[in-house]
Amino acid sequence: MKRFVQAALGALVAGGVALVATAQTKSTADGIAEYRRMLEDGNPAELFEAKGEALWKQPRGPKQATLEACDLGKGPGVVQGAWVELPRWFADTGRVQDLESRLLTCMQTLQGFDAAALAKTPFGQGEMHTLEALAAWISGESRGLKFALPQAHPQERRMYELGRRAFYFRGGPMDFACATCHGEPGKRIRLQDLPDLRGNPGNGVGFAAWPAYRVSSGEMWSLQHRLNDCYRQQRFPYPGYASEVTIALGVFMGVNARGSESIAPALKR
Amino acid sequence: MSDPMRIRAQAAGDKATVRVLMSHEMETGQRKDAAGKVIPAWYIQEVTASHNGKVVLTAQWGTSISKNPFLQFNIKGAKAGDKVSIAWVDNHGDRRSDEATVA
Amino acid sequence: MRHFTAHPATPSPAQRRVNRAPLPSRREMLRRSAAVAALLAGAGALPEVAQAAYAQAAFEAKSLADVIKALGVSAPVAHPGLLLTAPDIAENGAVVPVGCSTTLGGVKRLLIAVDKNPSTLCAAFELSDAVEASLNTRIKMAQSSNVYAIAILVDGKVLFAQKEVKVTLGGCGG
Repeated sequence: MKRFVQAALGALVAGGVALVATAQTKSTADGIAEYRRMLEDGNPAELFEAKGEALWKQPRGPKQATLEACDLGKGPGVVQGAWVELPRWFADTGRVQDLESRLLTCMQTLQGFDAAALAKTPFGQGEMHTLEALAAWISGESRGLKFALPQAHPQERRMYELGRRAFYFRGGPMDFACATCHGEPGKRIRLQDLPDLRGNPGNGVGFAAWPAYRVSSGEMWSLQHRLNDCYRQQRFPYPGYASEVTIALGVFMGVNARGSESIAPALKR
Repeated sequence: MSDPMRIRAQAAGDKATVRVLMSHEMETGQRKDAAGKVIPAWYIQEVTASHNGKVVLTAQWGTSISKNPFLQFNIKGAKAGDKVSIAWVDNHGDRRSDEATVA
Repeated sequence: MRHFTAHPATPSPAQRRVNRAPLPSRREMLRRSAAVAALLAGAGALPEVAQAAYAQAAFEAKSLADVIKALGVSAPVAHPGLLLTAPDIAENGAVVPVGCSTTLGGVKRLLIAVDKNPSTLCAAFELSDAVEASLNTRIKMAQSSNVYAIAILVDGKVLFAQKEVKVTLGGCGG
């Protein structure tokens, strides 16, 4: 009987269903939910948001210019609402770009940085701090808005299809794909629920929960950083910062998430 | 050198709730880097909170306080417009002070 | 004590470390002054919010008993009026939210300690009359352990509350 109950509890936890807590037997899922609630107020991501806003407005780089003329898709300098429409196609570069890719473009054209060199910088070093802080602030300026990625341009649709294929592409020594972890409902690794990213996993879940401050490392992670770590876990070689396939995955997940609310920058384990 | 703190002070009734996020590595001195060398301890040791220039709370911290520390406390009788300032000193002797206005 | 020579600029952290080097007994000096301060503080002889010398010995103590001994205060007594809030389970030991509060009067100091941490004492707060005896912060926990809130009252009484917090080994996700 006990084993049946434990199995049933396990299945419910995996399904993400919250049990009614009793004084003695609060489920693990409830315990974790309570832990996360206690941390909601005062997300250290706020420190990075403040930093990102300052960096947007600060003259930097060889051209000593600010990023205030940067077009994130809604016009030069328009930050509010830009995050929930990325990735999208940009006329000036002739390609679909995500936030990080667009920031590299602006840091190069407006400020004179070498975008290729920036993209090669390891996470946690040099201008990567700048990009993480900017991602935190820019995504925060769309907090609570619903994802509304455009698919009007043929390149945007092509990238969705590329992202879909990348999502299901199995490879590496463990023959993993994104879909291995994120292609079914109700999966988890230890205590972390794995959102089903084939469709819309709901408000503030999956694509809608990044960038995020990770308490385990005390670091701000943009979506590019999150994807990098996914590839590391799959023992895939990293496709490269703001590379086409990582942007394509963003299009796939972002379009699937259309209509759900962004909670970025969020708080994660 | 260090990034600014985030201080939010909200008046409610006969007190103000102050919430602070500090930007600090809070290195315990227990971790090793990729080369196997111990990363030296680097952490905030003293915190001082003042209300309209008067010290109301002091704290001594050890290495067990989390990175990017969070602190919340209530100041009796604080009203909207009052000034709250927070200062910290770490074990390197570096210091930082930031101020906020009670909302 | 150290003699300060005029410096044209504020010394860098590296320079400060060098400046400290010629005083081999500074650690011992700190330890002694901390012990005296702790005794005085325990006796209520220090002004309410004097920033005493850093309680190095207390922060180096590896058990609650040793923390109490280093602070020179009396043995703590459990009291239901002292509330400790902490999650039952922490998804990650790097950040565990804890709060301690009490409506009891005369609270001079509030301490937070974690039994099984390499540095048991997490924080020691000195309260003036202008703040409520109610604090929230976030601590690191090396492993599942008891967390303690300790209140030291004006009259020297020492109260405590405890709660067991489980620290899970989280997964690779999130």
